[in-house]
Amino acid sequence: MLYIPCPHCGLRNETEFHYGAEAGVAYPDPNAVTDSEWARYLHIRANPKGWLAERWVHFAGCGRWFNLWRNTITHEIGPVYLPFTTQPKAPGTPDSHRDGHEGSKV
Amino acid sequence: MSEISFSFDDKLYEGHEGEPMAAALLRSGILTITNSTYHGRPRGVVGLGVEEPNALVQLVSGTQESMLPATVIEVSNGLAACSMTGIGALPESPDEARYDKTNCYIDTLVIGAGVAGITAADEHLRAGREVLLIDDQPGPGGHLRHLGLELPSALRDVLAHANLTYVSRCTAVGLYDQNYIVAVERRSDHLGNNAPTGRARIRVWHIRADRVVLAPGAFQRPLIFANNDRPGIMLSHAAATYVALHGVRIFTRAVIATVDNQGYRDALRLHVAGVQVQGIYDVRSGARGPSVDAARAAGIPLRLRATVVDTASNAEGALHSVTIKELDANETFQISANLLAVSGGWTPIVDLPTHIGIKPQWSEENAAFLVGHSTEGLRTAGMLSGDFGGDDDPFVFFGPALDPEQARHAYIDLQRDVTLHDLRRAVGAGLYSIEHIKRYTTIGTAHDQGKTSGMLTIGALCQLNAVEQGGKSGLSPADVGTLSFRPPYVPVPFAALAGRERGLLSDPIRITSLHQWHVEAGAVFEDVGQWKRPWYFPKPGERMEDAVRRECVAARQGVAVMDASTLGKIDIQGPDAAVFLDRIYTNMFSTLPEGQCRYGLMCKVEGIVFDDGVTTRLGKNHFLMTTTTGGAARVLAWLEEWLQTEWHDLKVYCTSVTEHISTIALVGPKSRQLLQEVITDIDLSKDAFPFMHSRMATINGIPVRISRISFSGELAFEINVAGGHALHIWQLLWVLGRPYDLTAYGTETMHVLRAEKGYIIVGQDTDGTQTPYDLNMSWIVSKKKEFIGKRSFQLPYLKATGRLQLVGLLPETPEEVIPEGAYITVLNAQPDDHGKTPHAGYVTSSYHSPALSSAFALALVADGLNRMGEIVDVPVPAPMIIRGKKVLRATICDSIFIDKENIRRDS
Repeated sequence: MLYIPCPHCGLRNETEFHYGAEAGVAYPDPNAVTDSEWARYLHIRANPKGWLAERWVHFAGCGRWFNLWRNTITHEIGPVYLPFTTQPKAPGTPDSHRDGHEGSKV
Repeated sequence: MSEISFSFDDKLYEGHEGEPMAAALLRSGILTITNSTYHGRPRGVVGLGVEEPNALVQLVSGTQESMLPATVIEVSNGLAACSMTGIGALPESPDEARYDKTNCYIDTLVIGAGVAGITAADEHLRAGREVLLIDDQPGPGGHLRHLGLELPSALRDVLAHANLTYVSRCTAVGLYDQNYIVAVERRSDHLGNNAPTGRARIRVWHIRADRVVLAPGAFQRPLIFANNDRPGIMLSHAAATYVALHGVRIFTRAVIATVDNQGYRDALRLHVAGVQVQGIYDVRSGARGPSVDAARAAGIPLRLRATVVDTASNAEGALHSVTIKELDANETFQISANLLAVSGGWTPIVDLPTHIGIKPQWSEENAAFLVGHSTEGLRTAGMLSGDFGGDDDPFVFFGPALDPEQARHAYIDLQRDVTLHDLRRAVGAGLYSIEHIKRYTTIGTAHDQGKTSGMLTIGALCQLNAVEQGGKSGLSPADVGTLSFRPPYVPVPFAALAGRERGLLSDPIRITSLHQWHVEAGAVFEDVGQWKRPWYFPKPGERMEDAVRRECVAARQGVAVMDASTLGKIDIQGPDAAVFLDRIYTNMFSTLPEGQCRYGLMCKVEGIVFDDGVTTRLGKNHFLMTTTTGGAARVLAWLEEWLQTEWHDLKVYCTSVTEHISTIALVGPKSRQLLQEVITDIDLSKDAFPFMHSRMATINGIPVRISRISFSGELAFEINVAGGHALHIWQLLWVLGRPYDLTAYGTETMHVLRAEKGYIIVGQDTDGTQTPYDLNMSWIVSKKKEFIGKRSFQLPYLKATGRLQLVGLLPETPEEVIPEGAYITVLNAQPDDHGKTPHAGYVTSSYHSPALSSAFALALVADGLNRMGEIVDVPVPAPMIIRGKKVLRATICDSIFIDKENIRRDS
């Protein structure tokens, strides 16, 4: 059972939460998408081996939704962040800072 | 230790209080405990604890738990048990024992109170942490206990530390992510008749620890040889402990077969206790170490490069003689013995770390799978991490080569009676993965979950492979890998997991504020989610159908009353409440005037109908939403999800008020007349108070909200009142309603009335695939605004032909109510080439209608809305004929059966 850090209530057992699948999936403008784009929004989610940003709701606690990074292999939990805030980087990913060598690969 | 007596198979035996039942039985000369499950061979005690594969008993006293190894039952006065053959039976009487659970949050959890575990606990105590130390034995010390040795004083000091809690008889059964551990503590069985009243028999611990140390120790391994299952053949450590510590005297002549120095230590213990040890047969080519020297000095005969290949039994089936094979000379000889003590090396208990996916690694040096895990949160210690002590000198050997006839009686899994022959057959059938072999042979699937047989299987597979390779070294255990172990580590009674959440406490029961009245009125209740709702109100002598008919007639012709308090109610407020509801419902709510109600349908994003109900606008920025009884919680969660994760700019606040407000539905052509008797401050007449309007009023000074809402199609009023006043209002109506023959009705009548009117129940008349269009409700889908699900209606598969659509069904025989769930086929449908008759849909709601004087039904039928008037077949089971069925015939019709023009409703 996961031990989930609710940003409002602290560490609580997984049984107090509901899972809300991948975080950061934008609701598309329904009038500006093709059928297949809309179907992709409805049904297709990232399913990586490794770090995934997810939505959770602390339904048996404060009732609030939040996001967190979770490693789908190790179940390690990474940074937690609130909806409509900047998504932190997945643990272990390189900083976005460019070191000058990146552009030289041809 | 006080002397007690207990019974086994109806005979009384003496024992020392608290000793294992296996020890007491052996001391009393009981060598054969039971017969094996499948082969019926006599079997005796093999091991010392939970690894025991043979000596299963069923308790007859106290809680009659079955499948308990006699090696773990502590005897007490009055204990009664009987032998069993590996197939347990549940007692017929309910388990009266109490079961508890507890939660524990701790700095460090140490599993295993042997020397390694206590030493680890000491380190964590020194670092200032609080430590919980659990162990499945009655006392601390691990192997030292079996040797009858005291803990060194330094370790005793650790146990006495103020920051350490030690719990005995507490078995960790599961290790889960992020250091969550479930452990099972046995609290009263060992006390027998002396157990304090009210003490829980088992307490389940739910532990979350910052740090976990796993020091579970190891089981001794048996060897594979022919007829290795006879009573008198035991693990050497177990045999020596029963003899030296528990005073077992039935073993007079012992033979030791060993692959390591443990066999020597146990030979010495037997020798010192007076057993004539006739020889140690050691498969290794050399033996060294203090225990080897000591055995030599004691004069115990030693033969290297020799091992046991077969045994013979006496008339009772117990061990009589042992056949020894000289591995280099390829010669055999027999020795008479009534104890064969086997030491096949150690198998560290790797179960817990494998629960969370840690793979054990094969160590050639230790001849065992180990888990050498060391992170800040989880560490292994003791034998599990490879600390076997200096003198063990293990050797990889699982048994001698056996011919096919010997292999038939060479047991790998004693509980499942699986032999080396069976394993060879599995390999011969082409299986090579140990997981497949486990499932093919059933090795490791019994009560002990392969605690002794798992490693033997791995070893036997390596040997078979070596034979195939022409004797050259084949697979190593590292190539085979271990079986997957899953929680629980030992069997856990369901009663323990249920704890006190049984019977009335298994699930909350929700009752309305009118519940007691319903009980006194003789209502028959039905469960709707957690709610108790009156199903119908039978008068004396009435059957259900009589009561429902009477209730229906009253609602359609006079006046009837129902408790509708279980409807979900959500108070929605905020400046953006109207905009919000426009997005949630398929129809428009921002145009709804204050003081009026509107029926709304909500869909999931996929365009599928999700819930429905009437929402009333109480003020400009204030709505009261009702949901289906079962859908209240998920609708509120749905609203919150959109507000919090998508539309955070909307200022809207949702609050559940289901329990705060009681709802009384007053239904029927005479409902206005009756209600007007108690309400004098507002005009209830048709023109002053039209359908779908809502007004505040008072009854006896109590504020009530009156709404003209109808779920029956009749003229009807819903009275919403604060829960505490509901009974008063209900009783008042009841008294004043007597001249009107006011009739209380339940959910069954409600269903008949609503179905006659074609009103759906989401989840009964929908199956999670219907759009509003499929329900013939295109009128409720707004073209003027966006709402959840709208875009999906454009998707081809939601517009395709062949979709299940809601229609009515009128059976040809009016008295025959079609069973709900019955399949519908085309007229005279014939089975296809595969013998299957294609169906066209199924019946969702089906009742007898007093108003129609006929049975009727709602159904989901493929393209049903285009099949009006079509006659269909409805095959239903005919229980009187074996495997028979009969075919009912029905006509597809509109789903509204009465008052299509809404004249009654709007009157």
